[in-house]
Amino acid sequence: MFAIASGAPDSLFEELWRLQQQADELFGTWASPSGGIRSQPRGSFPAVNIGHTPERVDVYLFAPGIDPKTLDISIQENLLTVAGRREIPTHEQATYYRQERFSGEFRRVIALPEDADPDRVQARYQDGIIQIGIERREAARPRQIEVH
Amino acid sequence: MATQSEVTSRPSAAGAPERRGAPAETPVRPPVDIYEDDEGITLCADMPGVSKERLELRVEANTLILEGTARLDLPQNAEALYADVRSSTYRRTFALSGELETDKIDANLKDGVLTVRIPKRSEVRPRRIEVRTG
Repeated sequence: MFAIASGAPDSLFEELWRLQQQADELFGTWASPSGGIRSQPRGSFPAVNIGHTPERVDVYLFAPGIDPKTLDISIQENLLTVAGRREIPTHEQATYYRQERFSGEFRRVIALPEDADPDRVQARYQDGIIQIGIERREAARPRQIEVH
Repeated sequence: MATQSEVTSRPSAAGAPERRGAPAETPVRPPVDIYEDDEGITLCADMPGVSKERLELRVEANTLILEGTARLDLPQNAEALYADVRSSTYRRTFALSGELETDKIDANLKDGVLTVRIPKRSEVRPRRIEVRTG
């Protein structure tokens, strides 16, 4: 098999992975939740991907089979918290051969870039992915500095 | 450590990243639950990001093949900060046995969860065996 043609949507994840490695090298800590103190081991539910542009940050949580109404999504300072529950019923009469899917409560805390604007957040759920888009503050905008 | 060439080979914001020499994606093996009851076998697979159009489910030579492609709604010039999921394709296969009716498989995809129901042939469904005394 040859590599997928440039720009094909299929290649985005792979591209993300490569770019993450560069982001780790270039930006250090906040850009790398993988090394953050709130990071969770690979394989935690739900899996998380984060992409960004100069205008916004998009967080994708791979959470199939949940009721989006039961989700609790909040932002405090630059910490995004997503909590919820996925209950998988077990069939008493059946014989189970594999039970690999996550069942129970989950919570993931994601450190966002400092310029993420907690007042401009949108979330949606489609095909089992929670997408949370957070706008970034404009760099040119003067920042109010409070004196305590 | 990033070498100079790695840093400068960073794709431009306009996209069109350098693709030459990129390794082929290794598909994600979706986690599954599999259980059996008197009527058949049920398989549930987590395939988030896959819609009906991007799912392929087929039986080839008594092997059940699950394949799908996830799609993320990414802005054009997005760059990654972090990625648990590093492939957009899913694939997993299961060998089926002869007592299963592969032409009567029923599948349903909802919110990224694929549920596949494979009925058993009626003649192989369990019969209660009476134990006679005397």
